[in-house]
Amino acid sequence: MTTAVSFSQVSRHYGAVKAVDRVDLDVREGEFFAMLGPSGSGKTTSLRLIAGFEQPTAGHIEIFGETAEGVPPYRRNVNTVFQDYALFPHLNVVDNVAYGLMVRGVAKAERRRAAEEVLAMVKLPGYGDRRPGQLSGGQRQRVALARALVNRPKVLLLDEPLGALDLKLREQMQEELKALQRQLGITFVFVTHDQGEALSMADRVAVFSEGRITQVGTPQEIYQRPASRFVADFVGSSNVLPPDFVQRYCGQRGWGSLRPESIRIQADASGDGVPARVLSKSYLGAATRVVLDADGLRINAILPAGARLPDDGEAVVLTFNRETLHVMGGEG
Amino acid sequence: MSANPAILPRRGGVAGALSDAFWRHPGLLLFLMLTPPVLWLGIIYLGSLFALLAQSFFSIDEFSGLVQYEFTLKTYGELLRAQNLDVIVRTVVMAAIVTLAAAAVAFPIAYFAARYAKGKWKAFFYLAVMLPLWSSYLVKVYAWKLILAKEGILNWLLAKLHLTWLLEAWLSLPIVGGNSLSFSYTGTFLVFLYVWLPFMILPLQAALERVPGNLVEASSDLGAAPATTFRHVIFPLALPGLVAGSIFTFSLTLGDYIIPQIVGTSRLFIGQAVYAHQGTAGNIPLAAAFTVVPIVVMGFYLWGAKRLGAFDAM
Repeated sequence: MTTAVSFSQVSRHYGAVKAVDRVDLDVREGEFFAMLGPSGSGKTTSLRLIAGFEQPTAGHIEIFGETAEGVPPYRRNVNTVFQDYALFPHLNVVDNVAYGLMVRGVAKAERRRAAEEVLAMVKLPGYGDRRPGQLSGGQRQRVALARALVNRPKVLLLDEPLGALDLKLREQMQEELKALQRQLGITFVFVTHDQGEALSMADRVAVFSEGRITQVGTPQEIYQRPASRFVADFVGSSNVLPPDFVQRYCGQRGWGSLRPESIRIQADASGDGVPARVLSKSYLGAATRVVLDADGLRINAILPAGARLPDDGEAVVLTFNRETLHVMGGEG
Repeated sequence: MSANPAILPRRGGVAGALSDAFWRHPGLLLFLMLTPPVLWLGIIYLGSLFALLAQSFFSIDEFSGLVQYEFTLKTYGELLRAQNLDVIVRTVVMAAIVTLAAAAVAFPIAYFAARYAKGKWKAFFYLAVMLPLWSSYLVKVYAWKLILAKEGILNWLLAKLHLTWLLEAWLSLPIVGGNSLSFSYTGTFLVFLYVWLPFMILPLQAALERVPGNLVEASSDLGAAPATTFRHVIFPLALPGLVAGSIFTFSLTLGDYIIPQIVGTSRLFIGQAVYAHQGTAGNIPLAAAFTVVPIVVMGFYLWGAKRLGAFDAM
């Protein structure tokens, strides 16, 4: 399998700030790769290193086997969908989409045809003569996507492209993006701080923290077997359990991660399990989150709709399957 | 009666009542704020301008030298005489060249200030651009006369650089040349350029500042080399600023009568012609007709700029 993008020991420092610090990364050809992390974790800087807007202060970057350091963005066959779209306000939709082709000297009729074709692909047929200012956020998003895709890039970079959309539109775009990626077979590198988005769309996810990658894996691996307390907490807000607790209930020693939905609550306070007291509940629609206190340790549990809800202050017992408690290696 | 009512009582007597009234009728506040300046502009400024323009449709009695208050186009006929047409062409060409040169000089300065200058450098930029505007216009023009004079610093510098021959060659050219720089169109041009340059830099810088940096990145990302990005993204988006700046430099040059009087040849510019006709010659109708010229030229200029799409990005 070909490697689309490869980082070896790549750093991007701004003075004392280590935006990206000794990162190793391999993005495979044709995969949907997500870079997930909180703001300031280095995921966007990594994306900009691939696009060429930033140059690494150390390390080596390859794009399809070719050295990328020192190559300006306009010589990289890589296109970006910007976070705030960055559409040209003085050009109409067709000219925006056809910009990359115009720059390459494609004839006017040909580039108009290609632009219309891609606009139809992103479900905006007939919008060509409008200005970006006349479009809604979701439509601008599609134009930005079309403008990048029309160039048939080797890698498509997406910088939090769904961040500004409302929930419903975002879910719809997630599906469409995924479908588009499968249909075109282009490598997508997607930056997001939304773990749900990363898990639902990506083939593989890299979790960034403080300029470094803490874990790379499939969504299942990341979710079920987080490599560190940070990953466990950031992806799906797991219950991070201290070594003493894990040893008491599981036998092994080490930091543990227990997903809120793996926890069952039993009203019989004398039964086997972890004794706890209910602090509060919040209704989530499809489920209810219960916050509990287990001898000073705060634990979140998610109960599906229909389950019996304990009262606030009630003494309960928590149970879970051993396999669902994931013990993390090292200090976590 | 609660200590913390849901609706607070009105405060501050009359001022409070006024505040409430203005809040309920925003149009009233707008009306009160705009009336004085509109009256000022409408009556004092536009009124006197129209009074002046009306003069251009009167004529002067050649024997008595008195103005005849009858509608006639005779004055405009006079304006088209070779010697007057000459003044108009000279002024318009000078204004156009000054504008082009100002745009060329201002663009890199404004671009640097808008895209790269931060903090202290930005303050330094504003200071450097504005500083010449703080001193008297006359002082600046006389300073330039000294700089450009035969015994001036520029000649001295060129002599030190062994470039006197270059200056001599330039001054021996027709039209742009002359006895010395301070008695040539080249000198007039340089002073115009210097004096009006801030009026080009500031609007251009403001326009360039509003071009989002990510558009430049997007263009580069889509395969455009820097020159292509400049041509297709930066320039079109900065055009309104360029047009605003050129309106200043162009119209200020069209109307000025002091610079060509102090630095340059004895041939007249429109401003000088207006000054001469309304003053010593006492030919107010012709002076008024001359003042119509810059207004008409600017009208065509703006119309042309609009046709070219200069305001599309606004």
